[in-house]
Amino acid sequence: MERRKEFTRRALMLGAGKVFVFGVLASRLAYLQVIEQKKFQMLSDKNRISLRLLPAQRGEIMDRFGVPLAINRQDFRAFLVPEQSNNVEDVIARLSRLIPISEDEKKEILFGIGKHRPFMPILVKENLTWDDMAKVELNLPDLAGVSMAEGQIRSYPLGAATAHIIGYVGRVSKVELTNDPVMSIPGFRIGKTGVEKKYDTVLQGEVGRIQAEVNVVGREIRELTRTESKKGHRLTLTLDAGLQMQCQEYIARETSAAAVVMDVNNGEVYALCSHPSFNPNLFSSGLPADLWEELLANPAKPLNNKAVAGQYPPGSTFKMVTALAGLESGVMDASTRVYCPGHYILGKSKFHCWKSQGHGSVDMVTALRESCDTFFYEIGKRVGIDGIAKVAHRLGLGERLGFDVPGESRGMMPNRAWKRKRYGQKWQQGETLISAIGQGYVLTTPLQLATMTARLVNGGKAVKPILVRSIEDEGNKIHEWSSMGFRKAHLDFIRKGMMEVVNDRRGTAYSSRLSEEPYSMGGKTGTSQVRRITQAQRDAGIKNEDLPWKFRHHALFVGYAPVDKPKYAVAVIVEHGVGGATAAAPIARDILLAVQKRDPRKNRTVDIPKEEKSL
Amino acid sequence: MSMGSSIGQGHLSVTEKLMLISWPFLLLLVMVAGVGFISLYSAAGGNIDPWAGKHAVRFALGMCGIIVVSLIDIRIWMKLAYPIYVLGIALLIYVDIRGHIGMGAQRWISLGFLQLQPSEVMKIALVLALARFFHGSTVEDVRNPLFLLAPLVLVGLPAMFVMFQPDLGTAMTILMVATAIFFLAGVSYWMFGVVLAGGVALLPVAWHFLHDYQKRRVLVFLNPENDPLGAGYHITQSKIALGSGGITGKGFLQGSQSHLNFLPEKQTDFIFTLFTEEWGLVGGISLMALFAMIIVYGYFIAMNCQNKFARLLSMGVVVNFFVYIFINMGMVMGLLPVVGVPLPMISYGGTAMLSVMFGFGLLMSAHVHRDIKFTSG
Repeated sequence: MERRKEFTRRALMLGAGKVFVFGVLASRLAYLQVIEQKKFQMLSDKNRISLRLLPAQRGEIMDRFGVPLAINRQDFRAFLVPEQSNNVEDVIARLSRLIPISEDEKKEILFGIGKHRPFMPILVKENLTWDDMAKVELNLPDLAGVSMAEGQIRSYPLGAATAHIIGYVGRVSKVELTNDPVMSIPGFRIGKTGVEKKYDTVLQGEVGRIQAEVNVVGREIRELTRTESKKGHRLTLTLDAGLQMQCQEYIARETSAAAVVMDVNNGEVYALCSHPSFNPNLFSSGLPADLWEELLANPAKPLNNKAVAGQYPPGSTFKMVTALAGLESGVMDASTRVYCPGHYILGKSKFHCWKSQGHGSVDMVTALRESCDTFFYEIGKRVGIDGIAKVAHRLGLGERLGFDVPGESRGMMPNRAWKRKRYGQKWQQGETLISAIGQGYVLTTPLQLATMTARLVNGGKAVKPILVRSIEDEGNKIHEWSSMGFRKAHLDFIRKGMMEVVNDRRGTAYSSRLSEEPYSMGGKTGTSQVRRITQAQRDAGIKNEDLPWKFRHHALFVGYAPVDKPKYAVAVIVEHGVGGATAAAPIARDILLAVQKRDPRKNRTVDIPKEEKSL
Repeated sequence: MSMGSSIGQGHLSVTEKLMLISWPFLLLLVMVAGVGFISLYSAAGGNIDPWAGKHAVRFALGMCGIIVVSLIDIRIWMKLAYPIYVLGIALLIYVDIRGHIGMGAQRWISLGFLQLQPSEVMKIALVLALARFFHGSTVEDVRNPLFLLAPLVLVGLPAMFVMFQPDLGTAMTILMVATAIFFLAGVSYWMFGVVLAGGVALLPVAWHFLHDYQKRRVLVFLNPENDPLGAGYHITQSKIALGSGGITGKGFLQGSQSHLNFLPEKQTDFIFTLFTEEWGLVGGISLMALFAMIIVYGYFIAMNCQNKFARLLSMGVVVNFFVYIFINMGMVMGLLPVVGVPLPMISYGGTAMLSVMFGFGLLMSAHVHRDIKFTSG
């Protein structure tokens, strides 16, 4: 019986151990299922649901009349599901006999296959034509794992004419890569330049999402929810496609040029061109490397949007600024006269007028008309650089205008404080003189010059260039601009001078006057030095056009039309075009004639119902 | 070997024996097997095939087996104890040799309708043999270390063969069950102390003999999050499935982890995970309560036996059952390394269930013949 008791005692001890173990197991279960439940629930959901994104169609870009500038064209794409083909390389080789696949592309495809799970389709080739598609479809039995699908590719109907302003889309580069899962969509493209870049988020739309239940290897078992993608917003620009093409054609007469046409009252930009240009359609389908090299190597810089990014000394087109500064500051009036002997003496320095024999005694209107440098040296000296700079800024120079295209340059409007800060040196009076005729440190963009002109001729309203008319159907914003407070009489004097530049026999641009009734225009020529003219060149009488292209003067013209009630402002720059009157003025004239004939301000009825509603 | 005198129920008729069978205990088994059935039904995505149906059939066969075994006189079982043990060892040697000859680490013998795992058979065979051995021992015998050499060999042989298979989980189970029987047989406490100390001292040596994958399992067990897609995958996924079940579970057939194949071995070793993912803490605790009731019931049966063999045998069967549960649950909840031990009566797998049920048959035989007193000669 002692043994029996001992057995019972030991059995109970063992039992106590079991109770303890069960207690531990139960506590562990409770711990996992109650206290840590939330954490595991989350992990479990993550395990189970995979998110697949559906690309959204990009919004179109239209001109003010509904002419398409950027659209989506249907294309065909070839995909390959690696697990469905026994020999991937063999299939690609056979496919490349039907559609062109370069060695680089082959490498990229094989790399892509290595990165993804074998049931994920890999993009083999996009931008295929219907014929390509038909060829592949016909041979599908021999191409295990290959499938064709429709896709969308961005297309720019106006091609090179709108390349700079609309920009183009392209594959996401490493620098642009963010955490946004949208970027992982095969073949996803992002706005690279121009409006495509600036309004990328508006145009992109909202991607659709498929939530799918997946198994442990990530294969989809079934769709749980599906949110369709939402197309991006349609963007209507202020541009007039017809005018844009004409302008592009006009500036294409020169090697390198840019032009901006805008409304003087509401700031709407009707045309903005830069030449030489490029074909943006090549970018959206994948640009061949040699073509890219060529574009980069071209000295005329086809990829640069010179209208907004190019910075040029404004030359004589700046004289209106000096004149207005003189009038506003009271150091001169309309009757103030200065004698021009062909040069101006300041201390020991001699400042030349472009007309070496001199203009004689000139007043302001005459000085503008004949572009007398001496007169503006004198006015500049009287006003001082800070006074000139203040007026220049009010007219939109030396600062960014907040234009709707990326890459806008600031230009340069120097003053005393700037020079002290930049160079640690005192401002020299001689620098004021050359600044007064738009040389020296002064730099402007064609967009700024057009804006300046608009502000001068619209009665002094602080207009800014506008490019986007409406997003989707939100309706057009009518831009009202407030007055900058210049005296009307002063602006009228300046306009008179600009009118005479073109319409007076003695004006520098008389040869480019508008003779066709009832059209008229005014403006100002400008020729800006790229390089200082040396005394030796002056003595030898070397003509600027004999120098190598890149050392020749820039030719500029700013203008407006019509004369009596200005509606349009234009700025034209011909890089190294030698003379404003000879190279830039004729282009400006043609543009101003074209714009008056087209009269894009008028709300024309166009055969696009949607546009009618929004107009 | 001669049997001692017998009193009381020495010559019961079959009907009398059937009356003595504890039917409530068998009902508990039915309930546990029922949990197994619905879990396997769910594991197959709501299908009887391929697991739930077979499980039910095997259980039914097992129940018949329990009844047949329980009707056989406990003294006959005592006579058969050593022959069964020898047969078990022979089978173990057979699979080990066959494995070395080149059929891989196959641990079973195919009998057509069932794949017999000798190591599972061995567990019950060892319990029988040890109970048989200690049945005749006196208090003085078990205090003598030399007397214990023979039972140590009885334990050591199968443990070694199983270890070589290699099947760490079963080897551990064998050692734990054997230790419990030694303890119940009255072996001095200090001897356990010595063995424990020796075991700890030998750990580094044992580590050296482990296979790489076994070492990895132990390391991963110690820190599963380090290797979520590799060897730690099982534990991590099991914890996710289990934990995400919460108090009330995701509902029958709604266990996303299990159904989406995130859970490995869901029909065998990880069946408890599937069950608790779908039935939550409530289900898990209920199942544990069922197990606990079976164990407590087994205790009562053991306590009421009038002879030592039956007592030790009953306790051995109960401890064996308990060790299965402990190792399996501890494993799926991340408390123990993944060693491949099924959850008895729930996991799919023929031998484990039949071996456990054979054990319960012996338990029932001990119960039916509880009043027989005998001593071995």
